[in-house]
Amino acid sequence: MSPVVTRPRHRSSAADDRPTDLAELCRRAADFLDDHDGQDSATFLRARFDAGLAWVGYPEGCGGWGLPLAWQSEVDRIFEEAGSPSNRPEVNDIGLGMAAPTILTFGTDEQKRRFLRPLWTGEEIWCQLFSEPGAGSDLANVSTRASRDGDEWRVTGQKVWTSRAHNAQFAILLARTDADVPKHQGMTYFLCDMTDPGIDVRPLRQITGEAEFNEVFLTDVRIPDSRRLGAVGDGWKIATATLANERVHIGGQGAARETGMIGVVAATWRRCPDRRAPDLHDRLMELWVDAEVSRLSGMRLQQKSTHGRPGPEGAAMKLSFARTNQRLTGLELEILGEDGLRYSDWTLVRPEEVELTGRDAGYRYLRAKGNSIEGGTSEVLRNIISERVLGLPSEPRVDKVSPWKELAK
Amino acid sequence: MSEPSDLDLLYTDVEDDLRAVVRRLLAQRCDPHAVAALYDGDRSPVAPLWHGLATELGLAGLIVSEDRGGAGATAREAAVVLEELGRAVAPVPFLTSSVIAATTLLDTDSTLVRSLAAGETVVALTLPWSTAPFDDLPSIAVDRGLLTGTMTSVAGAVEADVLLVPVATDEGVALYAVSSEEVQVTPIVSLDMTRQLADVCFSGVAGELMLLDAETAVRRGLEAGCALLASEQLGIAQWCLEATVAYVKDRRQFGRAVGGFQALKHRLADVYTGVESAAAAARYAAASLAAKSDDLSVACGVAQSYCSDQAVAAAEEAVQLHGGIGMTWEHPAHLYLKRAKADQLALGGPGAHRRQLADLVGISAS
Repeated sequence: MSPVVTRPRHRSSAADDRPTDLAELCRRAADFLDDHDGQDSATFLRARFDAGLAWVGYPEGCGGWGLPLAWQSEVDRIFEEAGSPSNRPEVNDIGLGMAAPTILTFGTDEQKRRFLRPLWTGEEIWCQLFSEPGAGSDLANVSTRASRDGDEWRVTGQKVWTSRAHNAQFAILLARTDADVPKHQGMTYFLCDMTDPGIDVRPLRQITGEAEFNEVFLTDVRIPDSRRLGAVGDGWKIATATLANERVHIGGQGAARETGMIGVVAATWRRCPDRRAPDLHDRLMELWVDAEVSRLSGMRLQQKSTHGRPGPEGAAMKLSFARTNQRLTGLELEILGEDGLRYSDWTLVRPEEVELTGRDAGYRYLRAKGNSIEGGTSEVLRNIISERVLGLPSEPRVDKVSPWKELAK
Repeated sequence: MSEPSDLDLLYTDVEDDLRAVVRRLLAQRCDPHAVAALYDGDRSPVAPLWHGLATELGLAGLIVSEDRGGAGATAREAAVVLEELGRAVAPVPFLTSSVIAATTLLDTDSTLVRSLAAGETVVALTLPWSTAPFDDLPSIAVDRGLLTGTMTSVAGAVEADVLLVPVATDEGVALYAVSSEEVQVTPIVSLDMTRQLADVCFSGVAGELMLLDAETAVRRGLEAGCALLASEQLGIAQWCLEATVAYVKDRRQFGRAVGGFQALKHRLADVYTGVESAAAAARYAAASLAAKSDDLSVACGVAQSYCSDQAVAAAEEAVQLHGGIGMTWEHPAHLYLKRAKADQLALGGPGAHRRQLADLVGISAS
């Protein structure tokens, strides 16, 4: 991956080049399209990044111009309407949604230069090595060990629920660097090369039959100290920032009525008049209302936080989303009756994209079970709401002050 | 299916100011113990409280236009008032007179609107409180200008000076106005005595014809009632959540605040989620009514289906999570449970609204 490492040349009088309003930014995008018409995808995307038209909200030199986030959608629309090459954000969601903002906030200049451009262009796919068999909801309990060895770190342990690990070039990694301090203080955050020979990626087959996720075994993986993100011992703080981005990602944004699972199940209802029954109708309408209220809640949350990031209130959205999806998909199988007894395919496949509303009703039912687990279980979300929003006391805990190595495993 | 509109679901500064003024007056004149005394027949606090809201704050004619003596505000502001009335379980005829009756009268040129807006006359639409905007409308018979019949379970009639009466004619439903002094208004022992219902008996009384073809006006009044009842239900649910959270932080058992137990925390997190969702539904209904949106009927159906049940759920959780004290007469939780449950049955009820909604959004029952 040598060509992507070259550093874009910075203009000397950067401040003068910064678009001052949205119209100017749109003109810049249109000019860019004229100048780079017909280029191959990688060349075009690298140039778009260098022109500050990738993430317009990111600083100059990092794919943007430090402009308002709200302007991004206009720029994206211009490029999309022109049919220009896409960086295929759907296959690099972890990179774009989680790794990039974390690197931007906590990375060194060198790390930002090295990683942001190929991440944005899609030349380097990222995955996330956080969860472990013994560190799910209690993420701070990670036991993957990173030991210092000269200018390098040697990492050994096991990670799980890693989507995209099988085609990722890099990973954001949370590992324990000090077992003698309380657990939250002993972790460090790394940018890990997934092509290292010490990495073994194995598909993790799930209840749907397919394997969206992987188990990742790390045996003496070497990571240069220059790829440590943030200070030694700051891993928890940085991982928390990464996960705040995940919630935004999973909670969903404003959409049209009957978008998502309700649209699928309502369509099934309309398509199958012979399957209609009063009890199914009552339940469908209850869920239709729940889905519509979720949509309105999302709209309201968006209006509340015009600057992008919802607070812990976003947890309520995800809670409702999971519950409604699970009940809807269960109902859909009952509506289908005999047809609900058939399943499309149990073959172990590795989907590149996961569409919760995709495939068949049986798949949707099984896949929706993950909605209340992934990105924070519903139980953890209820703790977040009750403690951070309602101000209720936390349960008494023994694991915050003792050194990590002394905790019962 | 009508298209959903993109409306402001938050509160404007003006709405926040209005809320503060209403809340202050309710804190002074709507004591929970006085509200509880309504159940024992002491209605003495009702008149001064209504005078304060209707006349001193000028809320009686909040949604009536300025040229007819009102404040010229919209349903958004009325919704904020109703949130506060719900939070205080206030026993006043704002919803029945200032929203439902006022909306029903908007297309008439009657001077009744002016005296309603001035707070001089309280008006009630004479229909059972359980009537949905899309139901067949019960009506009173008329013979040579004289009204005869009984309408049961009417909300706002106890406080009303003038009753608006749907009357069956050969052409459809007409609307008459009758002075409450000329009919027999029998208050009934109600599940919710903060909105006490009455049976109204017409025995050959002469009424004043307000509208000959009144079905649309009556349905519009009821629909406005549905849209804004959701905000009252939101206010009830918010009070229940806040009072319960405060209680479980304070109440200690097993050596610690009971609010630290996950069994309670998770239930309250669910109440919070329901309250926040109800806020979105109620604001959307109020904003749709204010904007005269094409989506109003769907917005009302969603708000009533959802907020009715959420207010009941929040009140039931409040009683349970308060433990023994929540079951006592002394603690106000029961006032909210009774209001929430009666509100759920009002203006159609969630089941009826969901069935109506199904037709509106093309999900047929059969």
